[in-house]
Amino acid sequence: MAKTYQEINDRIRGGEVVVVTAEEMIDVVDEKGPAGAAAQVDVVTTGTFAPMCSSGALINFGHSTPRIRASEGWLNDVPAYGGLAAVDLYIGATAVVEGDPLNAQHPGEFRYGGGHVIEELVAGKDVRLRASGYGTDCYPRRELDTWINIQDLNECTLLNPRNCYQNYSVAVNLNEERDIYTYMGVLKRDLGNANYCSAGQLSPLLNDPYYRTIGIGSRIFLGGAEGYVFWPGTQHNPTAARAGNGVPKGGAGTLAVVGDMKQMDPQWMVGVSMYGYGVSLTVGIGTAIPILDEEMALYTAVKDEDIVAPIVDYSRGYPYNEGGPLGYVDYKRLRSGSIQINGREVPTGSLSSYPKARQIAGILKDWIQRGEFLLSEPVQQIPSADSGVSFKPLRERPVQPEVS
Amino acid sequence: MATRRVVLRYPRHLIDEPVVSHLVKNYDLELNILRANITPESEGLLVVGLEGSEENLRQGLAWTRDQGVAVEPLERDVVRDEDRCNHCGACLTICPTEALYREVATQEVHFDSDRCVACELCVPACPPRAMKVEF
Repeated sequence: MAKTYQEINDRIRGGEVVVVTAEEMIDVVDEKGPAGAAAQVDVVTTGTFAPMCSSGALINFGHSTPRIRASEGWLNDVPAYGGLAAVDLYIGATAVVEGDPLNAQHPGEFRYGGGHVIEELVAGKDVRLRASGYGTDCYPRRELDTWINIQDLNECTLLNPRNCYQNYSVAVNLNEERDIYTYMGVLKRDLGNANYCSAGQLSPLLNDPYYRTIGIGSRIFLGGAEGYVFWPGTQHNPTAARAGNGVPKGGAGTLAVVGDMKQMDPQWMVGVSMYGYGVSLTVGIGTAIPILDEEMALYTAVKDEDIVAPIVDYSRGYPYNEGGPLGYVDYKRLRSGSIQINGREVPTGSLSSYPKARQIAGILKDWIQRGEFLLSEPVQQIPSADSGVSFKPLRERPVQPEVS
Repeated sequence: MATRRVVLRYPRHLIDEPVVSHLVKNYDLELNILRANITPESEGLLVVGLEGSEENLRQGLAWTRDQGVAVEPLERDVVRDEDRCNHCGACLTICPTEALYREVATQEVHFDSDRCVACELCVPACPPRAMKVEF
């Protein structure tokens, strides 16, 4: 007995929709089986809250008098990209504040950058905008230095080319001599720890492994407001190896997402500093999965113990593409506090917040129950396992000196 | 059992003396070295966490003072900004004393300041910078 988006949205409007979180769905399916669960549940909500480096904000700050074509811009001294129209700027989450010593004294602290600017904009704090232009007949002004506030901007749009990774590697350090400082956190020497980064059984794409219900135009929870999926994310890799339940055994699908920062809440958009690595933005995302049929009920009942992640060495394996995974481990085990690698007990840490993911799934559930959030059917699917789309490494072609 | 976090300052002539090993052995104390260095003036500085019976700690530290080592309580504290903490868990394996630990059932990260020895390793390792030093 299949359901349609239309029927589910009618039930949301009528206040009779049955919504559970992806965590709660596990018990529903255990109890009633996939058919019973599909008959009872209309929507399953998911959540994830983790650093997502490929994020940024697109702002239009309005025209000054006289006008300027901002070919370069800085927000709180963090460089923004100005290679767009006159007063459009794009600030990326990983841009570091000017004058930061970076890793000159390793490991650098990376206290401030684009992610922090985005958080402050969302929080409604005034941000200093500096811009420079080279001067044209139509845009004669060359310098601008002013305070701006999100409420005064024409647009302040979160435009993230890659978020919501479907599964991820578990990072370790095999180097016996030194600790390493990575985007996966501080990795202590000689298998001193193992860091993972996924909401596992609560994670959006792990609950819809073949992207049946998420695609271009899907309405989502983004940073505390409504947002949308606008494209597959960069590095979208639907043909990655999958386990028997369809769940990828490592990083696979990704989403490109967009939303209005003026509606967002800084609680779900947090600037972060990765010691010795750089700055980033922790983004809160949640999806609402329609339980169209038994298959979707089964997918959304996926458990931490059914999702495995590859263990990857970040001292050589990752940076130099050497060797394969050291093994696979499931998320239940990862969340227990330690895992076994090469016969050794290794304590685990993580970068993705499970409690916050749970909170996001709960908020989205609440929105739907109150009739404030309707599901949208994708206007176009994103490439799935049968698409042939894969994530390719760079094939470098040596550049020959030009002969004149 | 009681714990004490103390700063030990050694004058130049005591740097080669095994003061700490005597302290640990003779007064049955457990020692956790939080920080150790020799200053440019060749004064030794050792920040340690000591655990033992109240009586042994009192006697041991009195003996240490008698050797000519200045003993001061550790004045700084690491605190957590509860609003800033995301409960991500990046600090868990960095904390040497398990003052930062995760409750498996809820996956929430807790901070037990009694177990904290103010080593400050968590401060730069916390992505949202929720851990702060207070003097």
